[in-house]
Amino acid sequence: MNTHYDVVVIGAGVCGAAIARRLSAYELKVALVEKEVDVSFGVSKANSGIVHGGFHHSTKSLKSKLEVQGNRMFDQLKEELHFPFERCGILVVAFSTEEMRTVEQLYRQGVANRAVGIELCNRERILMLEPKLNNDVVGGLFAPAGGIIEPYRLVFSLVECAQQNGVEVLLNWEVSSAVDQGSYYTLKNQKGETIEADYVVNAAGLYTDRISALFGAEEYKIVPRKGEEFLMDRNAKAYTRRVIFPVPDPLSKGTLVIPTVEGTTMIGPTAEMIEDKEDTTTTRDNFEKAFYSARRLVPAVSERDIITSFTGLRPTIAGDDFYIDYSRKVPRFIHVAGIQSPGLTASPAIGEYVKHLLKKRGIRLVEKPDWKPSIAEVPRIRELSPFDADQLIATDPSYGEIVCRCENISEKEIVEAIRRGHVTLDGIKFYTRAQMGRCQGGFCTYKILKILQRETGMTIDEITKRGKDSFVVTSRIGELAVGATVEGAV
Amino acid sequence: MRQEHYDVAVIGGGSAGMAAAISLAQRGKSVVLFEREEVLGGILLQCIHNGFGLHHFKEELTGPEYAERVSKTLEELPVTVFVGSTVMHMEEAHAGEGKIVYAYSREHGIVMAEVRAVVLAMGCRERNRGNIGTPGTRPAGVYTAGLAQRLVNVEGYIPGKEVVIVGSGDIGLIMARRMTWVGAKVKAVVEIQPYPAGLTRNIVQCLNDFSIPLYLSHIVSEIHGKNRVEAVTITPMVDGMPDTQRSFRVDCDTVLLSVGLVPDNEVSKKLGVQLNPETNGALVDSRLMTNVPGVFACGNVLHVHDLVDFVTEESTRCGEYVAEYLDGVRPAAQHRVVAGSNVKYVLPNWYDRSHDNRFYLRPMVVKNRAELQVRLDGHVIKTKVLKHVQPSEMIALALDEKDLGDGAAQGDLRLEIAIV
Ligand SMILES: Cc1cc2nc3c(=O)[nH]c(=O)nc-3n(C[C@H](O)[C@H](O)[C@H](O)COP(=O)(O)OP(=O)(O)OC[C@H]3O[C@@H](n4cnc5c(N)ncnc54)[C@H](O)[C@@H]3O)c2cc1C
Ligand SMILES: Cc1cc2nc3c(=O)[nH]c(=O)nc-3n(C[C@H](O)[C@H](O)[C@H](O)COP(=O)(O)OP(=O)(O)OC[C@H]3O[C@@H](n4cnc5c(N)ncnc54)[C@H](O)[C@@H]3O)c2cc1C
Repeated sequence: MNTHYDVVVIGAGVCGAAIARRLSAYELKVALVEKEVDVSFGVSKANSGIVHGGFHHSTKSLKSKLEVQGNRMFDQLKEELHFPFERCGILVVAFSTEEMRTVEQLYRQGVANRAVGIELCNRERILMLEPKLNNDVVGGLFAPAGGIIEPYRLVFSLVECAQQNGVEVLLNWEVSSAVDQGSYYTLKNQKGETIEADYVVNAAGLYTDRISALFGAEEYKIVPRKGEEFLMDRNAKAYTRRVIFPVPDPLSKGTLVIPTVEGTTMIGPTAEMIEDKEDTTTTRDNFEKAFYSARRLVPAVSERDIITSFTGLRPTIAGDDFYIDYSRKVPRFIHVAGIQSPGLTASPAIGEYVKHLLKKRGIRLVEKPDWKPSIAEVPRIRELSPFDADQLIATDPSYGEIVCRCENISEKEIVEAIRRGHVTLDGIKFYTRAQMGRCQGGFCTYKILKILQRETGMTIDEITKRGKDSFVVTSRIGELAVGATVEGAV
Repeated sequence: MRQEHYDVAVIGGGSAGMAAAISLAQRGKSVVLFEREEVLGGILLQCIHNGFGLHHFKEELTGPEYAERVSKTLEELPVTVFVGSTVMHMEEAHAGEGKIVYAYSREHGIVMAEVRAVVLAMGCRERNRGNIGTPGTRPAGVYTAGLAQRLVNVEGYIPGKEVVIVGSGDIGLIMARRMTWVGAKVKAVVEIQPYPAGLTRNIVQCLNDFSIPLYLSHIVSEIHGKNRVEAVTITPMVDGMPDTQRSFRVDCDTVLLSVGLVPDNEVSKKLGVQLNPETNGALVDSRLMTNVPGVFACGNVLHVHDLVDFVTEESTRCGEYVAEYLDGVRPAAQHRVVAGSNVKYVLPNWYDRSHDNRFYLRPMVVKNRAELQVRLDGHVIKTKVLKHVQPSEMIALALDEKDLGDGAAQGDLRLEIAIV
């Protein structure tokens, strides 16, 4: 017999995760289904990681409402879920009086949106707030409530909390067809397995249009807007105290200089409309564009410091607002579509909003008496003083085994990642930061492979970078036919 | 927390750290050596090819053999060795000239060693794809050559069947041969410069002997493939610019990067050690001491060496200097050494007029019959004709007191070393 759920949430990005956690507070049987091998492997892993300040979007939009509301929820969420988050503040910097006019407009919009603490700055004040700015700055805007997070850690924590409260997570589960059975839906995956759901929440990111079509709901098209980001070493001189924005253009918020919450610096994103939802290539042209723009903001930005780059795709929709609503065409179906920036920021509020929509569509919400909003905090050795570290190692020696030397990650943290189901190299990277530092896994990859082997029973040739056939190695020694040359002096 | 006291802490147990520790112990100093891995030897352990020790041991050894010889000597000396111990933090002692080194390990928790001097010998790391900014997708199958070497030589796994190697550094060349031996097909070695980055003997023995094509003045301009690497685009460089019209695609499932090494100086920064942006190693005086009194550096963490023999020589000498430092010897006046025309860097960065000085320098040019010129106060004080110079081969140069003229010389005492 098929497993029957009250609600199935499709897509384990930040939206699906926030929705699932919110629903986990009620007496409901909920599944979160995800086509990838791990959660947060979609748009939610490749973005700027900013909790936005609430001034970029028009007061009339749903986006701006959820952005401001979401922003306010982050302090409590961090208390409960322990993901890295800091309210470092956001600056928008102007280099001419014309640009300053736009900044003033953003300021008025921010005030109307009820963005907390927003202010206009003269030249001296903005340089005091961020001494590394280009000296040609004429003024700008400061949004102290803006902040930075590790986006995948947010998703992992939300999912862990949801799971702890009974939500089932189905990975490698790509919804590929759906049938309306009258009072419920049957969902089938790529392997032909099925589950049933009374209510469906479509939070499939770039593929919400496809899911909507599968269910016969509203027709719309999600067009990816590509953004490349460049990550720099933690010792980069360009590291600023606050997130630095240029004055936005019509297509995007512009290329930023971002001090990540983990102490590295990031430059990006670029913005370019494309067709292919899987096109995550980086290009030389965009690299040059991004650095050119970033250097205008902060002259210390140097190409020398780059350690890696990546691409994220914003799921855009006609009208450019979030499309979060129940379907008018099919019953018990909620769209969470067009969630481009500030999707991360808004996600906690989206969870709340979707809960209300479900309620409106007739779902019965009974609070669980034993709902646990918090998850256990996994200590990170790099955050402890040597004295505290010593005590921790005494309780568990694997905290003393430093696997990743660039980011100072212990074996224990890797084991904790694996025990939470992050069993690919990328999953471990996003959970722990191992392989994310300046050597990009040059030193620690083989150690992680061995721990994975030991903890999961997989052999090295079964391990992947991020699921599917992204195998790390292809063969063992002796398996390939050796040509005419004999293995000589080794 | 375990608290210990020694004269010196050596950080890193590769060939550099071992040689420095030996030299110090032989001079009666109490030494603690921290090594992150479970065994001593460092990078040597994964270099199972021949070609180590021709100068030092006067015979050709493999990397592990070389390491074993040195560690045998070390074992016989009273050096306290902590393996499986990573130094994560260092600071100045609260009182006096001492330093405190914190090492993390499974077995001992945190070992806190209070010492009077520190030898930095952490080696280097490989530059990676991000450092050279190769565009394209980010599939599995892109590795630094050193990681691939580890997978093959230590773990017994083959990263892939059809390989393109980016960069012609020594590790890349050696991996080209190694991958061929285990049955993979190496389809190209792609080098941006018009000359190879690795040693000539490796070009001959690792590529030519196996008919592996070397594309000089070419770059890998894009990596393709969604989950696993499927191909690369190779583009010729014409007058320093990529000529995209003539790009071609090579199918492969693996890309190995051999695009240089960088001294791994992250912990050094905790003590305020100043680095030379040219080498990413510390700036050192004629006695290999950094700007922080009592902190010395040798081996690949100071500058990338191509021959282990030079590492051993430099590090043994470093041990001597540290021992003398502990005995209260302070150098006479120090004067700057600068890299002149066609020289990338010279080490050490200061010299001492009252002593013999030994320099290592790296050329920027490929040249036959090059002349090495040492200039002092505008005058050429020494020349040396070299049959052939190239960036991949480091040059050693000794200057004795006589070369430096009588101690009374006045004027600008900056020493400039150039290749003309
Ligand atoms: C370059 C860039 C920078 C950004 N910067 C910021 C920022 O700084 N601050 C901010 O607030 N926002 C930012 N955003 C926006 C933010 O990242 C997104 O709004 C957010 O991550 C979207 O989350 P999501 O859950 O809707 O989508 P996703 O994370 O893509 O989640 C959808 C999930 O659904 C899965 N899925 C798809 N189809 C199926 C199927 N058939 N069956 C099962 N599962 C399926 C996918 O695999 C995916 O995991 C940025 C976006 C980009 C691209
Ligand atoms: C692939 C390759 C091929 C080579 N081939 C040849 C050759 O054919 N012939 C030849 O003569 N030379 C060769 N060399 C050069 C020579 O072998 C090396 O330059 C030399 O061995 C480097 O010694 P090292 O001690 O400076 O560095 P490493 O050997 O890298 O040692 C550094 C040690 O420090 C440890 N360490 C680092 N950080 C910490 C920390 N924070 N706490 C504790 N421990 C730490 C590391 O684990 C490592 O063991 C080759 C080098 C390479 C990389």
